[in-house]
Amino acid sequence: MLNYRLVPRTEPSLKAQLLIPLAAVALTLLAGTLLFSLLGKPPLAAFYAFFIEPLTTRYGIGEVLLKAGPLMLIAQGLAIGFRARVWNIGAEGQLLVGAITAGALAIHVDSVDSVWLLPTMVIAGTVAGALWAGIAAWLRTSYNANEILVTFMLSSIALQLLYFLVSGPLRDPMGMSFPQSALFSDAAMFQPLIEGTRVNTSLYLALAASVAAWVFVQRSLPGYKLLVGGQAPQAARYAGFSDKKAVWTGLLIGGAAAGMAGVGEVAGPLGLLQRSISPGYGFAAIIVAFLGGLHPIGIVFAALLMALIYVGGDMSLVSVGLPNSSTQLFQGMLLVFYLACYVFSSHRLQRIDSIATLAHSSEKTITTDPSSSDIEGVR
Amino acid sequence: MYDSLVFLLAGTLAAATPLLFAAMGEAVVEKSGVLNLSIEGMMAVGAATGFVVATVSGSYVAGFAIAAFASAALSLLFAALVLNFRANQVAAGLAIGILGLGTSVLIGKQYEGKTIIALQDSSFGPLSEIPLIGEILFSHDIMVYVGMIMVVATWWFLSHSKTGLIVRAVGESPQAANAIGYPVILIRYMAIVFGGAMSGIGGAYLTLGYTPLWAEGLVAGRGWIVVALVVFGMWRPLRIALGAYLFGAVSLLELFIQGQGFAIPSQLMSALPYIITIIILAMISRDSRLITLNHPASLGQTFYRDA
Repeated sequence: MLNYRLVPRTEPSLKAQLLIPLAAVALTLLAGTLLFSLLGKPPLAAFYAFFIEPLTTRYGIGEVLLKAGPLMLIAQGLAIGFRARVWNIGAEGQLLVGAITAGALAIHVDSVDSVWLLPTMVIAGTVAGALWAGIAAWLRTSYNANEILVTFMLSSIALQLLYFLVSGPLRDPMGMSFPQSALFSDAAMFQPLIEGTRVNTSLYLALAASVAAWVFVQRSLPGYKLLVGGQAPQAARYAGFSDKKAVWTGLLIGGAAAGMAGVGEVAGPLGLLQRSISPGYGFAAIIVAFLGGLHPIGIVFAALLMALIYVGGDMSLVSVGLPNSSTQLFQGMLLVFYLACYVFSSHRLQRIDSIATLAHSSEKTITTDPSSSDIEGVR
Repeated sequence: MYDSLVFLLAGTLAAATPLLFAAMGEAVVEKSGVLNLSIEGMMAVGAATGFVVATVSGSYVAGFAIAAFASAALSLLFAALVLNFRANQVAAGLAIGILGLGTSVLIGKQYEGKTIIALQDSSFGPLSEIPLIGEILFSHDIMVYVGMIMVVATWWFLSHSKTGLIVRAVGESPQAANAIGYPVILIRYMAIVFGGAMSGIGGAYLTLGYTPLWAEGLVAGRGWIVVALVVFGMWRPLRIALGAYLFGAVSLLELFIQGQGFAIPSQLMSALPYIITIIILAMISRDSRLITLNHPASLGQTFYRDA
């Protein structure tokens, strides 16, 4: 059976890196089809409802773009931290704090008609998200507290903060005690982008962030320092790059992006503060970041795919009656398959025929031109 | 006041039990050098599976056993990712966690919001009649005591058994353990599966003993508290157990304080366990020497036998 073994590549394979997300998507679709049959749903119809139907209408495409925006924005921010091995898993909470801050401004500012209201909300929400993540950076750099745990706990706290505010201080006095705020004025809202859909101008923020992330990661010294600091801390320290700075930069950028995405939600499709603001964008964006290979361009495509899964999940719930947990299952499967396939970016399978050829081919591992080595092995 | 005190202390033991099981499992996993962040998802799978199986079969034993089996199966997937496919442990933990949460909803879909008769309290005869002590200690179902036994067993296993020593050696230096001839991958597989089974039992206790019902999101962050508890306890079972009981008490404080008539926003009380986790985490981690001394040296790193 086990006639193959993994052999490290001498150089990471670009071809494999491009093929891996596609392989992960294909495997997820395969597993999903299997799952649909197990659930007693006609696989093809379920498949169509999940992945094709959303793209057949203008409204459906609009919904995909609407959901791709925040996913893209957050994932661009998170990826910068992840590349430096700074694990911010609390983007959901940073999103909520950004939304709360922008919402409080929209409700309480007197000059409700000012053209400056929305930009102020965007800036305030972004800063608030960054500050919320900054708590984790401070605790990590000053107290050595694990940022994975702290960012997660902070997002649970942010959710309770939202619950408290919408049922108390920020509740609409005329709202018959529903736990939600008053509606925002028009000046506090992003304008519609495509007629007949809910897509709004906040999508520009996500696209701008993607360009900025590309410049930061590929073209700037701070971006390079961050990468080195995460992947080779010893080397980074030797070169005079600061470990603490990486933690701060990674978390602040991730928090800022998530906070900005929060503004996009309340000042976009929602138009008010309520108990449920995000359908788990902060967590799904972690998957988007990985699926996009932690690369700004990859993330744009990964966000679109993840948005399709969200919209497909909602639509197939109606048309085929798939359980509402399908979305989460697909998200989980996608990341599992991606991580399983990812090993082939740095390793390849090699056939073990006999000890003699093994010795021969492992010698070859070092000498072969990396471009000729691929997933199938040497022969 | 006396009654509320008994309620608080007795409730603490029950509230800590799901955490204890999962944390003992995670302690062994981390001691072997693997960081498994998917506890939340594995507990959810255990909670849903245990509930469904016990409801359908009428047997609690079957409920706990199959819950352990289901979560162990999920952890096997995690093990394959990090051990065979050499995936980043943080990312793999998150992936399996999300998959587990989704699976749990699917498993429990037909049973959402239904209740079950909670596990019966064990009978200790006259012991349960002793004022205070009897009422607090001898008024629980059997899993509360099994949880305590597991703490002692895990402590003994890690610090006094030969196999435990091998697990720790693998966690400290997989390269050295491999050089002496121990099968690092196999040992880590076993540790991870043990951790999965324990998370499953902890999750099943939530739906069969603690809150006797199944609802989506029932685990409510406990899986992450468990990961934090292992750090608080410095990877030592007895200290981890102490932490679990403290957290059990904190989670009950909400009911206790409301019972005493204090007007504190319920949301603040719900956030309290997380706030306290952050504060304790910062206080304990501050002494980095203590952490370096206790934490398994290879924790979170991928093992390459051929490197």
